[in-house]
Amino acid sequence: MDRKIRVLIAKPGLDGHDRGAKVIARALRDAGMEVIYTGLRQTPEMIAGAALQEDVDAVGLSILSGAHMTLVPRLLALMKANGQEATPVFVGGIIPDEDAAQLAALGVKAVYGPGTSTTRVIDDLKKFTNPV
Amino acid sequence: MTLAEKAAAGDRLSIARLLTKIESATPEGLDALDELYPKSGKAHIIGITGPSGSGKSTLVNRLALELAGESSTERKVAIIAVDPTSPFSGGALLGDRVRMRDLADRPDIFIRSMATRGALGGLARAASETALLMDAVGFPYVLIETVGAGQSEVDIARLALTTVVIEAPGLGDDVQAGKAGILEIADILVVNKSDKIGADAAAHSLAVMLEIGEELRKESDDPNTLKWKTPIIMTSALIGEGITALADAIRAHQTYLNESGEGEKRSQARALDMLERLVREKLFSAWQDETDLGRYQQVKKDVIHRKLSPRKAVSRLFTPD
Repeated sequence: MDRKIRVLIAKPGLDGHDRGAKVIARALRDAGMEVIYTGLRQTPEMIAGAALQEDVDAVGLSILSGAHMTLVPRLLALMKANGQEATPVFVGGIIPDEDAAQLAALGVKAVYGPGTSTTRVIDDLKKFTNPV
Repeated sequence: MTLAEKAAAGDRLSIARLLTKIESATPEGLDALDELYPKSGKAHIIGITGPSGSGKSTLVNRLALELAGESSTERKVAIIAVDPTSPFSGGALLGDRVRMRDLADRPDIFIRSMATRGALGGLARAASETALLMDAVGFPYVLIETVGAGQSEVDIARLALTTVVIEAPGLGDDVQAGKAGILEIADILVVNKSDKIGADAAAHSLAVMLEIGEELRKESDDPNTLKWKTPIIMTSALIGEGITALADAIRAHQTYLNESGEGEKRSQARALDMLERLVREKLFSAWQDETDLGRYQQVKKDVIHRKLSPRKAVSRLFTPD
């Protein structure tokens, strides 16, 4: 039986702009992936819990609030504590270049700014995830 | 320790990984399920079904909290939330967690989203195996939320021990309520969105339908057996009304199942269902392995071109040359 790529798409923090997250979720679904969508205002604890229970192959975060340097390191730490440090995390949103470099150094696989094509995200995800 | 042993000890990452392996039917996953099978058969499996938008996820969120009680580190409630796989891309958008945010931080509750992956009866293809694992690793309650169900998605009744059917106001008249299918499988009927206009009328239609059924059954039933009377519970999952009444009804049904012997009957039927399904699958794949594929292709062509009826085609395939 084929092994589907399962991806968690989450929106941490307090901003309510979820269109980007919904567009990505839909594009990944149309690319044949199983997308677990958790909705708005998720804490890093909630996201790490969902990533664990759903045993996802990747976690995508959409952040437009500017709080990425607080939220992302916290999530990475929680995922590590859960034994999921090998699960790729990618971030989309408004992220300044110097922050993107720092996030990459922390282990974030990719940072996508406005205007990124969904095809690129899909291709990257297929590369990051290596479903058995 | 093996993955199965770690899962049985309650390690959440091991449970999650095992679920993936079982859903993808890998040999490791299926072997683990064999290993854990003797531990199963203790959980109360509850099916939650009803039309799209009737409030299933929101109700499951409330019900899980009610059944679990105070937060603790024990295993209490496992939730299997099923959403449909796209017939076009094979992908799925699994959105039931959006309504279950109150459960996200609970160490005693475990939510797993599943896509149907081509199954048509309202459940995921590996739903029975998933429920079996949740049961075997020690969750006393397993809640299974089906896809938005219409009239014929009744597979849940062959998996759950207690089936809860949710209706909402404004979805149909009392003739709808009399049709065969989803309402027939209810052990408990819920009229959700009780804060909305039309809820009382919906409950009334359902009550009339149940009464007619009861009268007809009286004529044929053995008066000495313990009977279950399907209750109608009014809830508003959004504001949290009626949830205790629903949990009480579920516990009452559990007691009825135990005392009447019906629970044991259902539990045995579930086990045999799985056995029979696996026999069918095995037979089909064994047949595929040994059959003359050229001949099969020819027969398929004849059926497509309407030269041969499917029934004749089958008898030809099973007749030696």
